[in-house]
Amino acid sequence: MAIPARIIELDKDIAVVDAMGNRFKAKTTLLPEAKIGNLVLIHAGFAISLVDEEEAKTTWELLAEIAKFERIPNNVSG
Amino acid sequence: MFKTFRIMLDRIKKAQEMMEAACKTLGRRINIMEVCGTHTVSIFRNGIKSALPEKLKLLSGPGCPVCVTDQSYIDTVLQLADRDDCVIATYGDMIRVPGKGGSLETKPRANVKVVLSSEDALQLAKDNPNKNVVFVAVGFETTAPATAVVVKEAGEQGIDNFYILSGHKLVVPAMRALLSAKNNNIDAFLCPGHVSVIIGYGAFAEIVDDFGRPCVVAGFEPMQIIEGLAEICRQLSAGKAELKSMYAAVVTEQGNTAAQKIIAECFEPAHGYWRGLGKIEKSTLKLRDKYSRFDALKRFNLAEIPGEERKGCRCGEVLCGLIEPPQCSLFERTCTPEEPVGACMVSSEGACAAWFKYWRRKRREQ
Amino acid sequence: MVQVLAKEKTRAMTAKHDRILLAHGGGGQLSDDLIRRHILPKLKNDTLAELADSAKLNLPSGRICFTTDSYVVKPLFFNGGDIGKLAVCGTVNDLAVAGSKPLALSLSLIIEDGLEFELLEKILTSIAQAASQNKVNIVTGDTKTVEAGAADKIFINTAGIGVRLPGVELGCDRITPGDKIIINGTIGDHGMTIILQREGIKFESQLRSDCAGLADLTCKLLEKTGGIKFMRDPTRGGLAATLNEASRTSGLSIEIREADIPVNPTVQAAADMLGFDVLEIANEGKFVAIVSPESADECLNICRNHPLGADAALIGQVVQTRDIPTVELITRIGGKRIVQMPYGRELPRIC
Repeated sequence: MAIPARIIELDKDIAVVDAMGNRFKAKTTLLPEAKIGNLVLIHAGFAISLVDEEEAKTTWELLAEIAKFERIPNNVSG
Repeated sequence: MFKTFRIMLDRIKKAQEMMEAACKTLGRRINIMEVCGTHTVSIFRNGIKSALPEKLKLLSGPGCPVCVTDQSYIDTVLQLADRDDCVIATYGDMIRVPGKGGSLETKPRANVKVVLSSEDALQLAKDNPNKNVVFVAVGFETTAPATAVVVKEAGEQGIDNFYILSGHKLVVPAMRALLSAKNNNIDAFLCPGHVSVIIGYGAFAEIVDDFGRPCVVAGFEPMQIIEGLAEICRQLSAGKAELKSMYAAVVTEQGNTAAQKIIAECFEPAHGYWRGLGKIEKSTLKLRDKYSRFDALKRFNLAEIPGEERKGCRCGEVLCGLIEPPQCSLFERTCTPEEPVGACMVSSEGACAAWFKYWRRKRREQ
Repeated sequence: MVQVLAKEKTRAMTAKHDRILLAHGGGGQLSDDLIRRHILPKLKNDTLAELADSAKLNLPSGRICFTTDSYVVKPLFFNGGDIGKLAVCGTVNDLAVAGSKPLALSLSLIIEDGLEFELLEKILTSIAQAASQNKVNIVTGDTKTVEAGAADKIFINTAGIGVRLPGVELGCDRITPGDKIIINGTIGDHGMTIILQREGIKFESQLRSDCAGLADLTCKLLEKTGGIKFMRDPTRGGLAATLNEASRTSGLSIEIREADIPVNPTVQAAADMLGFDVLEIANEGKFVAIVSPESADECLNICRNHPLGADAALIGQVVQTRDIPTVELITRIGGKRIVQMPYGRELPRIC
């Protein structure tokens, strides 16, 4: 399954990416235009696409996930 | 209720209304096929089936790369795993697929390594110069570029103990094959999100043009899938067949051209055998002559042994959306995730595995 | 035998050992050395110091809980804990969820010949700290050594005794439709931490095991509210296994809401990447409580005011069974799907 991650280090086509606090190496060989700070889609160790963050916000549950984690806990009536 | 969820639920409600309307307008069952294993899992995991109108049927198609890999490929891999001069490097989902003489999981542990990336497989070759590392290259267009990159790297770096057994497959030819079958009942396709990242949503235009079926690309979040289905229903209601992408965050019309380029450099389309669909022309990727020295089939002088389906296994029909898993008499009786008979049950993205895990309710007589 | 012991004695006196030897489990000089110089000082308590064959305890008659668990986790050390901490907390938690106050633990070590002393020291320190934090004493123990290859570095067994709290009766037979299901925090943290560290998956992660002793919190809950009917700690097999067990034994069905289950986004992302279901991943600092509807709010408040329950949530309820007892998940989008009993293919050596 491909997941979004942010590029935090980049040396030629070897990147270190961060996916919600998990950091690992990935290659940007298939995405030569990638830069540090970009949010990218990682599949099988490769960045395969840039992620348009504005678009992502409208549908990606990822951000809803953050919203949930930061929310005020509900009570029985929730 | 919190704001994010409220918005999401409102949109889902709207989508459900659109689907109900289509069912009413058409006055018959609507069959939408999804051709992506990740969609299959997401649909089941999120209980989407339970949120759809009764007349809207979701067919699970040949979208699970492990499931559509035919038996002969698997038996070939198992043959190689028996050799002590070989190390098989594979993505995790292949290790339990049953074949002649067991599965990769039952082979000597030293001979099989699970990798998360093709780069790990290449590294394995570099770290073990006295072994032949064979990479089990299975997957659709999403995964093929990763294989191409390491084949190219192996060439540039002069690695001479690295091979691939290419099982890469192409989605569009399979969709065409399905639609060309006389008994197909497919009204529309929910198209794979991440394959589209690579090939571009434009690649599905020929399905719309040649077969008049709506093709909608969707992401994997439940809301994206539901809205994708609603868009298909909107088109069907209006008697239209259009190409649309609802996954603009990562999918463009032309796709990832760098990835397409590297696939084309290393591979060429060839005929191939798909479990369930049989032989399909120009549907698999074969290494070009320039890189044929990395082809495991060539290196080990292997003929493609015709594979044998296990008796009673109906994976082929499941993969074409012709039957649902419970209609196979082996399902949950002799074919379970613990003791799988067919690939659709062993693969984490298989329809049978998903149905078993998320949908099946045990009956009292069991 | 005497010659061997004499030789070992000389070695002990003249050389500093940096590794465990088979003789450390032999019952002779080196064993004595190991216990008196390395183990006793850390686990200081009078009962253990007697080094009697059995610990003599004074317990109230009748209401005792007794449990045991073995710990074979790999890797030995992980973010948020180690095998030692786990061995104490795991057994403390089994006593806690049975409705008792943990009193005393036994500690049994099986050590592989060649284990570095430094590692053993670290583990012992960890055990001592965990015991102290959880207000239990290690009152009796045993040490054995085995040949290289016969154990993987170290295996630990702890057994524990607890005193059942007055008036507390927990069990599946008490569960009735309408009861609410509460968990004290996020799921999947321990299992995912172990998986990432173990597989050589080159992840650096903020993930931490939630390994912790819950007795303080569970005792508070049981003392302050009367509505708790059943508790269990979702270790191997995760929340899915625990809920399925409760459902099966009680004969009732369970409904949980995905949106209400607390999950750390880092854990979710790691699980997504590796194809795991967080519902099936082990936890080592969590308990599930099935409580009466009237007491649910109070239970939540007590949890949230405790360091180990800040993210406590009400995740579902018990319902009447239609056909077969089932655990059903209401997904984020309002769909429904089944939560199966995990098939036993979960990771080995997670605790």
